[in-house]
Amino acid sequence: MDSLVAMQEAGLNRAGRWLVRGVDLAVRPSEIVTLIGPNGSGKSTTLKLAVGIETASEGKVNRRQGARVGYVPQTLSIDWSLPLRVRDFMSLTQRIPDGDAKAALARTGAEELWQRDLKNLSGGEMQRVLMARALARKPELLVLDEPAQGVDIAGEENLYALIKSLRDETGCGVLLVSHDLHMVMAATDHVICLNGHVCCHGAPDVVANNAAYRQLFGSRAGAIAPYRHHHDHVHLPDGRVQHADGTISDHCHPGDGHHHLQAGAHVFPEVAPPPRQRKNDA
Amino acid sequence: MMLDDFFMRALVAGLGVALLTGPLGCFVVWRRLSFFGDTLSHGAILGVALSLLMNLNIMLGVFAVALVLALLLLLFQRRTALASDSILAILSHGALSLGLVVVAAMSWLRIDLTSLLFGDILAVSKPDVAAIWLGGLVVLVLLAWQWRGLLAATVNRDVALAEKSDNALSPGQLDLLFTLLLAIVIAVSVKIIGVALMTALLVIPAGAARNFARGPAHMLLLSALMGCVSVVAGLFSSLKFDAPAGPAIVVSAVVLFGLGQVATALISHRKTAE
Repeated sequence: MDSLVAMQEAGLNRAGRWLVRGVDLAVRPSEIVTLIGPNGSGKSTTLKLAVGIETASEGKVNRRQGARVGYVPQTLSIDWSLPLRVRDFMSLTQRIPDGDAKAALARTGAEELWQRDLKNLSGGEMQRVLMARALARKPELLVLDEPAQGVDIAGEENLYALIKSLRDETGCGVLLVSHDLHMVMAATDHVICLNGHVCCHGAPDVVANNAAYRQLFGSRAGAIAPYRHHHDHVHLPDGRVQHADGTISDHCHPGDGHHHLQAGAHVFPEVAPPPRQRKNDA
Repeated sequence: MMLDDFFMRALVAGLGVALLTGPLGCFVVWRRLSFFGDTLSHGAILGVALSLLMNLNIMLGVFAVALVLALLLLLFQRRTALASDSILAILSHGALSLGLVVVAAMSWLRIDLTSLLFGDILAVSKPDVAAIWLGGLVVLVLLAWQWRGLLAATVNRDVALAEKSDNALSPGQLDLLFTLLLAIVIAVSVKIIGVALMTALLVIPAGAARNFARGPAHMLLLSALMGCVSVVAGLFSSLKFDAPAGPAIVVSAVVLFGLGQVATALISHRKTAE
């Protein structure tokens, strides 16, 4: 099994109601998989099934043995009675040396929060700290539940750029839930559109042109057009990859299109070099 | 030997209890389990009654009843539509009343109900002291061993579950472990502090420590320290004013808590003034 997590026909039934059902997904190393869908479509539930927070009522969920997971929850509410500074929080599930913890905080622009208590953080600051804590674990599988909540537009662009550069550096697999169609389409290898079941899935531009997807998101579906990926490979429904020359492999090759992103360069000006330079490189 | 003096025995026993209830009490406060602690302590009266009836060791009886109550709670939480606090109220008062009925039915035994309810630290024996310190050692070692996991599950269950390494205990298993630790603490402490005041010694030192704690581990230490100060102050004032020892310890803890609140208010007032 080369995927970090793989789900087959997985579903969760709570008190006689299916929160989500029939989900197939796989996240491989160096792959960014995004779950989109309307409210209540089972995005968070699917994420929780994938990392084992919930146990599937039917179907199969396989996680690679010993794979280190970094989990970024949607929110974090702590009882007032628990004093917890950012520096303590960084070592929540695993002892992290101070140097590594500070470096992770610096990457999310939160290094000055080191001594602050978690209860006094704003929504945006909390999101940075949650992200930094997951990074500091050097995860093989990074899982994020709406990581851009409470973050402004610039912060959001940086966040997705960070996820991407992290994937490029460490080769970790990423599974995330997102609301923002712009970002999803620009920064993702594989999109799974949920509506209680898998409504459609595939590479971003495949999904964008899917009738079911357009019906689900209505006029907003068109918003992704300017940010279309220029992939030189296609993710097949079975998860394998078809390259420009027609060969099929299990992984994206290092030379595949999304490593020379044109679209990404638009979206993440702070991290990626300007688009023109990039194109010349490619 | 120093333990030959009843007052020294009380002091050593009381300090042992405070070193346990302080740290465990922090988790009780963080996890909002004070009512749960109350239920387990109320069950202690049934534990005492059953041990006397069946001629068992009292600490074992109290421990067993506490565990049974905790398991019943888990069972009922899954099987009924009632909220946890209602289930706890049923178990808590059910166990307390059943215990009182059994005690009353054993007409051949003379049981001092007051000491059962409010503790009798001055009557503590050498084996009691040994049980407190041995049981305490076991509890603190287990707590230190699973400290990170317990804290992680307290802060956020989802994160703890998602990032759990393959051979680590799950948050559900840690809940059971914590219940076990709480049952041990109640079993060894209930003779000292009594059924009715047990939760006070869990919650008040932790509450007093909160405002001065920089982090979770720091709060555990401060809470243990606050408990020790309360025990010493309570025992000496009980000697001086001829007050019942258990309630005197709790009053000391409350005074300590109050002083801490005043101090915090003054400090923050001065900060705003600057």
